[in-house]
Amino acid sequence: MSLSNRSVVVSKKEMSWSERLYLPAILGGMAITIKHLFKRKPTIKYPEEVREIAPVYRGQHVLKRDEAGAERCTACGLCAVACPAEAITMESAERKKGEENLYREEKYARIYEINMLRCIFCGLCEEACPKEAIFLTDRIVPSSFTRGAEVYGKDKLVETLEQPVDVSARQRPEVLEFKQDKKHNHNQTHLDKKAVRRSGH
Amino acid sequence: MPIEILLFKLLLCGIIFVVSLGVAAYATWGERKFAAVLQDRVGPSRAGPFGLLQPIADGVKMFMKEEMLPNKSNKFLFILGPSLFMLTACMVSTVIPWGGDLTLGGVTYNLQITDINIGILYMFGVVSLGIYGIMIGGWASNNKYSLLGALRASSQMISYEIAMGLSIIALVMMTGTLSLREIVEQQNAGVSYVVYQPLGFLIFLICAFAETNRAPFDLAECETELVGGYHTEYSSMKLGLFLFAEYINMFISSAVMVSLYFGGYNFPFQTEIAEALGLSANGLTIIQTLIFFGKIVGFILFFMWVRWTLPRFRYDQLMSLGWKVLLPLALVNIFITGIVMWALGLIGNN
Repeated sequence: MSLSNRSVVVSKKEMSWSERLYLPAILGGMAITIKHLFKRKPTIKYPEEVREIAPVYRGQHVLKRDEAGAERCTACGLCAVACPAEAITMESAERKKGEENLYREEKYARIYEINMLRCIFCGLCEEACPKEAIFLTDRIVPSSFTRGAEVYGKDKLVETLEQPVDVSARQRPEVLEFKQDKKHNHNQTHLDKKAVRRSGH
Repeated sequence: MPIEILLFKLLLCGIIFVVSLGVAAYATWGERKFAAVLQDRVGPSRAGPFGLLQPIADGVKMFMKEEMLPNKSNKFLFILGPSLFMLTACMVSTVIPWGGDLTLGGVTYNLQITDINIGILYMFGVVSLGIYGIMIGGWASNNKYSLLGALRASSQMISYEIAMGLSIIALVMMTGTLSLREIVEQQNAGVSYVVYQPLGFLIFLICAFAETNRAPFDLAECETELVGGYHTEYSSMKLGLFLFAEYINMFISSAVMVSLYFGGYNFPFQTEIAEALGLSANGLTIIQTLIFFGKIVGFILFFMWVRWTLPRFRYDQLMSLGWKVLLPLALVNIFITGIVMWALGLIGNN
């Protein structure tokens, strides 16, 4: 019985004179190779050309800031617990008075490191995060010459105020709508809270 | 010999040396690019536009590599091997007619370094010397793989030289001369010798592949069983010389094949075209030389095309092809040529 219907019985018959001449077979082979001269090359010349990627591509992580520019991460460690590759480490610190514009919660991550060599880009950290602080983006992690350079600290992970990273593609429409609602504490920046306090509620 | 002719010949020597090095360098680029295209890849594309500076980068790399001499090798012979191989590769170019005559200031200069009347014999002699480069290099390496590779290369070259020589004899019977220039001149009527000697050309072509150690006859440097063959122990520019000489050999054997069988620098309707365009004799010579190089490039591309199509022969297949097929075929070719010439009354009527 044949499963693929492609099996061929091996024939051990003597080669004919023209087959033993080999020249027709050689010319046939050369015709095959020369046909590839006119084929389209599948190569993508990477730094100049970039492969088209899905909008929800899971690439290099970003640590988001809120609208007022304060870091959202509160160093709860849920991402590190969720991480199956154990790529995330962090150290927490307490927010001092006057740092409300820098850190959103009373506790923040003094050190936050992701080992990009360990990371499998599964996105479980993003799912675990209760503060919407960590997201995977469509940026590709560049290669480097040393292992140490592949451990990304806060300097590389936290988005800058000048160049915010857009992660809306990785959020559902309901979530995006919910985030507009300032009634919820979750969506209030320190400026919002200050405004609420001043209005005397 | 007048002083201006002597100076011209010296200049021509230099030009041909530089050109054959340049062609060989860009043949390495062409080989990689051609192989890439046949395998649906892109090939060298980083060094310069289309990777055109790649040969220079490769050359610099070869020169900068660490020079290694095996501890228990014969140092003198170890260095002599690649030098000899390179030398013999370059030496054949002296008898190849690169073009017609150039007339400058009333003096006629010939675009051939020497027109010796035994040009073909000289060519065979020098090509045979090339084996010594491989054999000496392989033996002096004091390495089993090198020695086996050298043995393979030398036995292969000796075997195929016989069929090659016999295929030429049929041609020489027709031309009546051993001078390459006269053979080329005889083809200026527009009919190349490949038309009269198709079998001889086929044998010569196959033997040329074997003589240059190119695929499918490259089992002298068969990586799968012999590491690197005769150049296993070589490094730096000595390895570069071995690899480079292969490309020079390819260039020279293409030039020889074009001269013997494809009309050399002649091209069809050359006198008519020259008259129609109103070309001077010097202009025609330059165009002829360019056409000659065009034909050579075509042959080099053919060498590469075959390399990236056919798998390597097994050693016994190689030997049986050489001795049991090509040698009898070459003899039959001589016989047929003789019969036809006798029937046409070209020989034996005195």
